[in-house]
Amino acid sequence: MIERSSAVSIVVASIQEVFAQTGDSAPATLNEDTVLVGKDAVLDSLGVVSLIVEVEHRVEAEHGASVTLANDKAMSARNSPFRTVGVLADHVLATVAELGAA
Amino acid sequence: MRENVTSERPVMLITGSRKGIGRYLCEYYLSKGYWVEGCSRGDSDLKDPAYTHHEVDVADERAVRLMVADMTKRHGRIDVVLNNAAIASMNHILLTPAKTADRMLSVNVTGTMLVCRDAAKVMIRRKYGRIVNFTTIVAPIALAGEAMYAASKAAVVTFTRILAFELGQWGITCNSFGATPIMTDMIRGVPQDKIDAVVNNLAIKRLGTNFDCANVCDFFISPGSDNITGQVIYLGGVS
Repeated sequence: MIERSSAVSIVVASIQEVFAQTGDSAPATLNEDTVLVGKDAVLDSLGVVSLIVEVEHRVEAEHGASVTLANDKAMSARNSPFRTVGVLADHVLATVAELGAA
Repeated sequence: MRENVTSERPVMLITGSRKGIGRYLCEYYLSKGYWVEGCSRGDSDLKDPAYTHHEVDVADERAVRLMVADMTKRHGRIDVVLNNAAIASMNHILLTPAKTADRMLSVNVTGTMLVCRDAAKVMIRRKYGRIVNFTTIVAPIALAGEAMYAASKAAVVTFTRILAFELGQWGITCNSFGATPIMTDMIRGVPQDKIDAVVNNLAIKRLGTNFDCANVCDFFISPGSDNITGQVIYLGGVS
């Protein structure tokens, strides 16, 4: 079971890692409301791809859960589960929970 | 800061490794000092301290994910993927059931995609990777009796060309390789006159060999081939 605060921390740390990889500076403030997709997003589309891979890696490394976040449910959802830090953290929790229920 | 590729022993995943070309390639790359991980739907009798076998159907998304996770946990890296797993059904299209067609597409196309996707997620962390997806000459030569198999392998070529553009920024090269007929279980049921007809239309009029495959893979996966991507090489003069 992953605490929600831990999921948020993973997403934030992953964003920082994606910026570090490109050599750019991450925004000074990253919180649950930070936008990841669409207007005002802090990442471009390839940055989001890198972010998802990084989050999956950290969830596995820190919690031993091997998840695929870009799953059928996520990609067909009316609202993107990647749109903000908080929403992505919730998606991480839901995906890990489904894994446990499977 | 992520590390670049080092001189540590490289790690290779070969799908469809239980027999035929896949089995040969396992032994070939073990002899060259790779850690080799193989997969197939059944068990393997290949015993080597540097070989690990996974009983995995490449069309099973969850199973592929777990296999790659297991590899990553033990090795921390994947350097090379050889996507050799495939199934064929040599039937006239008028005698091909939908279920047979679906299964070929599922293993040959979706299976290749799943392995590439999950391995690439590991490769991008080191900004290095080599992916070789196996196709066949029966697609470019439009061999009658192989319509769905050829279509699935033509899809692999197109998939690989685009994959090269999607993964190139992370130092991952993606290429395809199409062998001429090799005497494996996959073609053992094909009438000899059909095989002869194919061979007689090649520039080099002989059956392919397992080493032909290893030779092309060697070229594609060489660290020096970092600017060779999105390409397809067919044996025997086919283009």
